[in-house]
Amino acid sequence: MSTLEATKQEPAPAETSSLRGYLGQNLWQYGMLTILIAIVVTFQILTDGRLLYPDNVAALVQQNAYVLILAIGMVMVIVAQHIDLSVGSIVAFIGGYCALMITEWHWPWPVAVAASVAIGVVVGCWQGFWIAYVGIPAFIVTLGGMLLFRGLAVLAVSQTVPVQDKGFGAIAAKSLPNALGFLGNLDGMTLLVGAIAIGGLVFTQVRSRRELIRYDLRLEPSAAFIGKLVVFAALTAYITYLLAESTDGTPNVLIIVGALVVLYTYIMGNTVFGRHIYAMGGNLAAAKLSGVKTKRVTFLIFVNMGVLAGIAAVVTTSRAGAGVAGAGTNYELDAIAAAFIGGTAVTGGIGKITGAVIGALIMGVLNMGLSILGADAAWQQAIKGLVLIAAVAFDIVSKRLANSSQ
Amino acid sequence: MPILEMVGITKTFPGVKALQDVTMSVEAGEVHAICGENGAGKSTLMKILSGVYPHGSYDGEIRLDGEPCHFRSIRDSEHRGVVIIHQELALSPYLSIAENIFLGNERASRGIVNWPQTNRRAAELLARVGLREAPDTKILDIGVGKQQLVEIAKALSKEVRLLILDEPTAALNDADSAHLLDLIRQLKSQGITSIIISHKLNEIAAIADTTTVIRDGRTVATFDMHGAEPVTEERIIRAMVGRDLAHRFPEHTPKIGDEVLRIEDWTVHHPIDRGRVVVDGANLRVHSGEIVGLAGLMGAGRTELAMSVFGHSYGTGISGRLHLHGTEIRARSVDEAIGHGIAYATEDRKRYGLNLIEDIKRNITAAKLAAVSRLGIVSAGAEVHRAEKLRKEMRVKADSVAVLTGKLSGGNQQKVVLSKWLFTEPEVLILDEPTRGIDVGAKYEIYEIINALADAGKAVVVISSELPELLGICDRIYAMSQGRVTGEVGRAEATQEGLMRYMTMDKSGVSR
Repeated sequence: MSTLEATKQEPAPAETSSLRGYLGQNLWQYGMLTILIAIVVTFQILTDGRLLYPDNVAALVQQNAYVLILAIGMVMVIVAQHIDLSVGSIVAFIGGYCALMITEWHWPWPVAVAASVAIGVVVGCWQGFWIAYVGIPAFIVTLGGMLLFRGLAVLAVSQTVPVQDKGFGAIAAKSLPNALGFLGNLDGMTLLVGAIAIGGLVFTQVRSRRELIRYDLRLEPSAAFIGKLVVFAALTAYITYLLAESTDGTPNVLIIVGALVVLYTYIMGNTVFGRHIYAMGGNLAAAKLSGVKTKRVTFLIFVNMGVLAGIAAVVTTSRAGAGVAGAGTNYELDAIAAAFIGGTAVTGGIGKITGAVIGALIMGVLNMGLSILGADAAWQQAIKGLVLIAAVAFDIVSKRLANSSQ
Repeated sequence: MPILEMVGITKTFPGVKALQDVTMSVEAGEVHAICGENGAGKSTLMKILSGVYPHGSYDGEIRLDGEPCHFRSIRDSEHRGVVIIHQELALSPYLSIAENIFLGNERASRGIVNWPQTNRRAAELLARVGLREAPDTKILDIGVGKQQLVEIAKALSKEVRLLILDEPTAALNDADSAHLLDLIRQLKSQGITSIIISHKLNEIAAIADTTTVIRDGRTVATFDMHGAEPVTEERIIRAMVGRDLAHRFPEHTPKIGDEVLRIEDWTVHHPIDRGRVVVDGANLRVHSGEIVGLAGLMGAGRTELAMSVFGHSYGTGISGRLHLHGTEIRARSVDEAIGHGIAYATEDRKRYGLNLIEDIKRNITAAKLAAVSRLGIVSAGAEVHRAEKLRKEMRVKADSVAVLTGKLSGGNQQKVVLSKWLFTEPEVLILDEPTRGIDVGAKYEIYEIINALADAGKAVVVISSELPELLGICDRIYAMSQGRVTGEVGRAEATQEGLMRYMTMDKSGVSR
């Protein structure tokens, strides 16, 4: 923390091309990444290296897939100055029907998955209608949704509905097939996925940097750029190595989550829709006077949240192996916490998908580390609460310092 | 003996000298009017007097009854009997009249409100201001005129000796205005001194004992309204506007072409108070290559006219016709208006113009992202390229288009706003107070940009509260007053005095 404060006291230089100026402006994102790494290292020491056992790394992804998926949608909701309290109940509601479709109605599992996502669309339309077109605050509509969908979930699956289907169960519980054999004791498929990830990272970063240089826009100094690439590539390689060493290799949900993170990072950064969300969150009045159809954008944000809740419901039901009325309890709070810890501004307009991923991982690592240490679940919850407050306090205080230094 | 003396008051905001060596004195028991153009410094002066700007944030001295005062907050000034009633009333709509009167000054012992005493005292105060309403009536159930009286009752509850009213009749109808002026006279007979800020010269003539005129942050004249020499509205107007115009505006020879925009019989109602007509049957024409000014005082309806034309972004019950190149168009949403080539650059760039937490390029492209995107995907390269080109043309001082707009100076922010609207390739550009809050050098640059836009064949409308600015850059000027277009003058025959007469004309067409 002391290095953060030292940089803060200097007014950030206006240009972004100096290394210090660049670090100053991107402090938050890298700050939280640094904190994540510090937490990992701390627990690695405290648990005598057990935290990063290959099987634990795979489990970390499988346990936290639902937060990662929901946090993606939640960042978009919060950037647009709204909130969604209903996603946990929606996960239970859709998950319950998903189990019914497979077990009671004997639908093929891919059809049940598609139908679950479709229910997500309908639920999203329902909430989006009240929020965008009737103008009821999202807090109220989704608080109502939280009660409504929990109630409907209980009505749908008053008794737990087990799902025996192997294909469906594999979504969250199994890993990519070992089609490429082993390299030493490393899973070939995982190595391939890791290589693709690193290649894709380097390729997209270099390409976008080239484009910027072509237009004479130096966004970051080359030292920072190369350093960043090396660090991220090394991190990806290390995670790949750990997963390749684990019993089953790459969990299927990692592919689902990874694809969603890449897709939504692109949507938020490169599409008109993404732009409009940031524009609305940064200054709603200015966005309206720029011709942004703010109601439609708001509506679509909640439809999208419904879709992601549908996907999270599939993953949760698959992992539990059953449709349970009590599924998804507090999921909305985990997703909101992940978004805020990941640097999404409480006042809207600022927030990144990658930030929420880091936020979700910080909470996931804390959970896992504490449970390896045998800490009480109550402590885990209390510590998560403190981390959330500390993260948002840091956000607000650093903004105040930045403003007063101008 | 004067109750109040303000001596050598100077107040500086970053980059702007709002008040410069202002000196005035108010005699006990008089009604003292202050008038001046928008932005002359009247409100700033009153905020200093009432402690909104605390002692130490300005130079000079305030003396009450000959004794120097160091107000640190509104509470301090109210303690000495100085109470200000702002133009936007500060009442809580869901509380009762009585609760509002004693808000922050509750009739209570040990934290427990004494309701019988509260309501009894409130009833006495209401009787004093001539408001026949029960003390437990909620504020939202009474009209603006009565709310104004509640504010005065609240001031009386604080043992007011010097009452400051900022544009008290601006939102009132004629009957309510007349009642308010009567009340001020009545308070005067009870020994309460009033300072009244007003644009309405007929009111000033009717009620004031002394009038001080402020212009460009200085006191320029003080008139004794009962003196030997009669104070005509002419004399006050001359004092309000008299100023030299040399070399503040670039030379420009217009090349005026065909009519681009024609606004016919345009009427707009207030968005909440739907019965109130804000723009009343306005007719305007703008030609290509022409810079048309829109003059008016606060509340004349200029911004409301512009925003309602810009895709109905203000008001309800909008009627009238818009013609673009002689063909009637429909522009009921901002999106449609932009599509027709209409652009509106707001008077309040921080609130309505820019996303301050985003960078220059994203602000520039915000109003027409489609121009740099295909199938909903923004081309980062094209965006940077187009934004950078505009940044260079407009000479926005920043290292690159990746700098956040919140970090720019006012003048550069304004250039980003102009770039944003130029990016939409408009045919009609409506610029609302394009030089508000920016320094002289940057103003000159903005004027050059406006001239260049006109030379490129655009139809430009400039709304400004600074008459010299309109006279300096416009080819033709419309004046508005109380929602109506009251006059139209060409560049050659336009004078500040002539425009001010149109701008202060009331509904019946009589100069107030």
